[in-house]
Amino acid sequence: MAEAYTTAGAKVTAADRGRLWVTLYLAVTGIVLLLMMTLGLLMRLAQSDILTLDPALFYQMMTVHGTGMVGIAALGGMAVMWHFLSAHVRLHGWVLGVNLVLFLAGVVAILAADFLGGFGGGWTFLYPLPATSGAVWPTWAAALHLSGLLVIGVGFLIVCLEIARAIIVGYGGLGRGLGWHVLFANSTENVPPPTVVASTMVVIVTTLALTAGAAILVMSLINIAFPEIQINPLLAKNMTYFFGHVFINATIYMAVTVVYELLPRITGRPWKTNKVFLAAWTLSTTMVLVIYPHHLLMDFAMPTWMMVIGQVLSYVNSFPVLIVTGLGALAILHRSGIRWDLISTLLLISMFGWMAGVIPAVIDATITVNSVMHNTMWVPGHFHFYLLLGLLPMQFAFMIYLARGEDVTPQGGDMTAILYLLFGLGFVGMFLMGGWASVPRRWATHLPEWLIWDQIASVMAVGVIVLATVFVLKFLTRMPRILQEA
Amino acid sequence: MTVQTVSLLLSAAAILILAAVFLRVRVLAHAVEDYAPVQGRAYRIRAIAFWLMLLVGLPISIWLLRDMPYEADATEAQIVNATAAQWYWELDREDVSLNRPVEFHVASMDVNHGFGIYDAAGRLVAQTQAMPGYVNRLVHKFDAPGTYRVLCLEYCGLAHHGMMAEVIVSETGGSDG
Repeated sequence: MAEAYTTAGAKVTAADRGRLWVTLYLAVTGIVLLLMMTLGLLMRLAQSDILTLDPALFYQMMTVHGTGMVGIAALGGMAVMWHFLSAHVRLHGWVLGVNLVLFLAGVVAILAADFLGGFGGGWTFLYPLPATSGAVWPTWAAALHLSGLLVIGVGFLIVCLEIARAIIVGYGGLGRGLGWHVLFANSTENVPPPTVVASTMVVIVTTLALTAGAAILVMSLINIAFPEIQINPLLAKNMTYFFGHVFINATIYMAVTVVYELLPRITGRPWKTNKVFLAAWTLSTTMVLVIYPHHLLMDFAMPTWMMVIGQVLSYVNSFPVLIVTGLGALAILHRSGIRWDLISTLLLISMFGWMAGVIPAVIDATITVNSVMHNTMWVPGHFHFYLLLGLLPMQFAFMIYLARGEDVTPQGGDMTAILYLLFGLGFVGMFLMGGWASVPRRWATHLPEWLIWDQIASVMAVGVIVLATVFVLKFLTRMPRILQEA
Repeated sequence: MTVQTVSLLLSAAAILILAAVFLRVRVLAHAVEDYAPVQGRAYRIRAIAFWLMLLVGLPISIWLLRDMPYEADATEAQIVNATAAQWYWELDREDVSLNRPVEFHVASMDVNHGFGIYDAAGRLVAQTQAMPGYVNRLVHKFDAPGTYRVLCLEYCGLAHHGMMAEVIVSETGGSDG
C-alpha cells in the first residue's frame, strides 16, 4: 500500500517569510485568548451572584467572548497548520499578513460596536435580532459588528484560497490533496502526508463555510439598511449554523496537524497516510458539511429528513477522524519509551479532550435528548470540552514547541499541563452539571438553585486562566528569539 | 430516571473509560516495545470499534428516532397558542388538564425565542423554537399536576433571562374553549 509518512526525526522548517506572521498570529491568539477567558470568568462570576453586572454589559461581553474565541481558535489554528504545511507546499507568507491586518481591523470594529455601541447580538447574530434589538443598541452598532465579522471572514477566505492554490500546484488538485488517487486508484505517486490531507479538508470546508457566513452577513446588513427587505428566518438560521458549525470544527482540524507532526518526532515512530486514514478524512469532509442540522433540532419547521441526518450522521461522524486520529496518537505513544514533558502531555491531553468532548455532543445530537438539553448549559459544556481541552492544548503545544526552538527533547513541565487538565475538567464539568440541572445557557442572571454550578465553575476558571497565562507567557517571553532565529 | 440523568451517566461512563485508556497509555509510555506489534493491536482495536459502532451504535441511533417530537400524537388535544415577543410570553390559556395532550402553537412576533417548559422541580420537560413567520407545534402530555414555568431558551436580547410565564396543570384544567 502506498504510504506517506510524517517522518520520525525530520525537522520541518517553516518558510522564513511565513515565520514572522505565524509568530504574530500566535502572539495575538495568546493575548486575545487570555482577555476572552477573563471575560468568561466575569460572566461566570455574574451568574454566580458574586459580581454585579448590568445585563446589557453581560450580553455585550458574551458577544465579544463568543466571537473572539471563535476568531482566535481560527487564528491560532491557521498558524499551526500554515507552519507545518509550508514544509510540504510553497505558500506566500504575505497572505498571512493581509489576513492579520483584516483580522485586527475587524476586531477593532467589533469592540467598538459592542462596547461603545452596545451591540449584544451574540456570536450567532441570529436574524433578525441585529436589526431588532428592542431599542437596546443603535443600528450603526449592529452594522459595524456585522461588517467587522465580514472583514475577518474575507481575510480567512483569502488564506484558504492561497492554501488551496498551493495544494493544487503541489499535488495536482484538491482531490489529490485528499489522497483520492491513492484511495481509489492505488497510485503510489505523490502521496500526501497527514498534514496535507488535513489542510485540504480544511480549505474545502472552510471556504464553503465562510462563503455561507459572508452571504448571511451581507443579507443581514442589507436588512439593517433596508428593513423592508426581509430574509426567511429559517434560511438565515440554517446559513448561520452551517457557517458556525463548519468553521469551529475546521479550527480543530487545522490545529490537529501539530499532533500529526510532533508525535512522530517525539516518539521516533512515523504517522502513516494509509487508505483508512484517507477514507476517514474524505468521509469527514463530507459529513462535517451535512450534520449541521443538529443545531436546529428544535426548529420543528425544518424538514424531518434533515433532522434525521442531523442525528444519525452526527453519530457516524464521530468515528472517522476522531477514532482514526485518536487511536493513531495512542498507538504512537504506547510503549514508545518517551519521557513525558510539557509538549507531549499537552498533545496527549488534546487528544483526550477532543475525543471526550465529542461524547456529550453526540448524545445531545439525539433528538429525544435535545428536546430537554438544547440551549441548556449542556451545550457550552461539550463545546468548551473539546475547545478548552482539545483545541487549546494543541495550540499551547505549538507555542511551547516554537518557544523551545522547535526542540522536542523532553524538558519537563508536564505538571502544569496536568493541572490545566484538572481545572479544565472541573470547569467544563460544571457546565455539564448545569445542563443536567436544566440551567438555560446565555442567561445574564441565574436562579438561586443554579448558583452552585456557577460558583464552582468560577473557581475552576481562575485555575484555567492562571495556567493558560503560564503557557502563553512561555511563548511571549521567547518571541524576540523566535523572530531573531527566523 | 430522567433523560438528563441518563445522558449525564452515559457521558460520565464513556469519558471515564476513555480517561482510563489514556491514563494507561501515559503510565506505560516509558516502556519500550517495537512499533509494529503495537500498531497491529491498535489497528485491530480500531476495526473492533468500527464494527461495534456500525453494528450496534448505528442501529441504536436509528432506533432512537422513533420518539421524534415533530409528529407527536395530539388526539383530543388541548390547544394553547403561545406567542413570544421581546421580552414576554402571551399564552391564550394557562390552565390545562393532566394526562391529556396539550398542543402548543408556538410563534414569535419579533426575533427568535425558545419555548422551554419546566416542571415544578425545575426540570426542562419539552421545548421548541419560537420563530417569526413560523408556527411550531409542540405536543406534550403533563403527567403530574403543578405549576410549570415557561422560560426562554433562545437568546433574544436584553431581557432574555426575564421571559417567564406559567402553565397550571390540574385534574380539571381549564376550558377547551
